[in-house]
Amino acid sequence: MAILTKSYPIKARDYLKAGEISMGVHGLLKKIGFATELIRRVSICAYEAEMNVVMHGGDGVMTIEIGEDYVNITIKDSGPGIEDVSLAMKEGFSTASEEARQMGFGAGMGLPNIKKNSDSLDVISAKGKGTEVRIGFVA
Amino acid sequence: MRLSEVKRILKAQVATGEDRLDMEIMAGAGGDLMSDILRGPKEGVLLLSGLNNIQSVRTAVIAGASALILVRDKIPDDDMKDQARENGLPLLTTPFTMFTACGRLFSAGLRGVEKKRPE
Ligand SMILES: Nc1ncnc2c1ncn2[C@@H]1O[C@H](COP(=O)(O)OP(=O)(O)OP(=O)(O)O)[C@@H](O)[C@H]1O
Ligand SMILES: [Mg+2]
Repeated sequence: MAILTKSYPIKARDYLKAGEISMGVHGLLKKIGFATELIRRVSICAYEAEMNVVMHGGDGVMTIEIGEDYVNITIKDSGPGIEDVSLAMKEGFSTASEEARQMGFGAGMGLPNIKKNSDSLDVISAKGKGTEVRIGFVA
Repeated sequence: MRLSEVKRILKAQVATGEDRLDMEIMAGAGGDLMSDILRGPKEGVLLLSGLNNIQSVRTAVIAGASALILVRDKIPDDDMKDQARENGLPLLTTPFTMFTACGRLFSAGLRGVEKKRPE
């Protein structure tokens, strides 16, 4: 059963605010007192997913659900969606814009990083249908 | 190596975190691509970056880096300084380029984060 559930709106293309939600999640998990390693894993995944919505998606929402022994994050956006999810999961694949690249993004490592740092990952998306990313962690 | 030693070697200016210069630095890493930086464990690692924007501060905090150095005299704005201060991340600037800054630290004994050194 969840101890705490929180939702945060994410604005597409707002590069100044981008990452603020994940910093908040980072602070929240620290306050609750989770192990440093789990905090790092969850924060990295939240940040990568948040940046993806800002860079590639449309306006969206991040929901974090914290339980005694798990953390789940769901990031949903109303953007253009991903045509080929398995291609998007490949290291180095990126369609990042020039603007995103100037900010230090576009290595094509975000989704692979999420995969590596989580215990479960589901990317549900189709062209024109938006994107939902579900990430699970065992505490 | 202490952060104060890093500061001396890199002739660095402290933008924020003056009170934390006695911290011990375990290893160093450099990069301008945020997801690349987030790829490996960076807990307790000194991060060098040429990317002068708020995302480099956020990436350093999220990666668990111990301090962030901006290379080539990039001056951080107030937003970056505030965010670094709020998160207890020392933020420094060095006049050296990425290559030279890394080389100076390496020569002084600081090492990278590779798990195993290739033959
Ligand atoms: N929310 C999303 N909406 C639409 N497309 C997405 C979304 N998330 C990812 N993608 C697509 O998947 C690709 C790979 O994403 P990934 O996070 O791995 O790399 P990146 O964001 O391009 O670069 P990096 O994360 O290294 O800065 C993106 O370039 C984009 O084409
Ligand atoms: Mg990404």
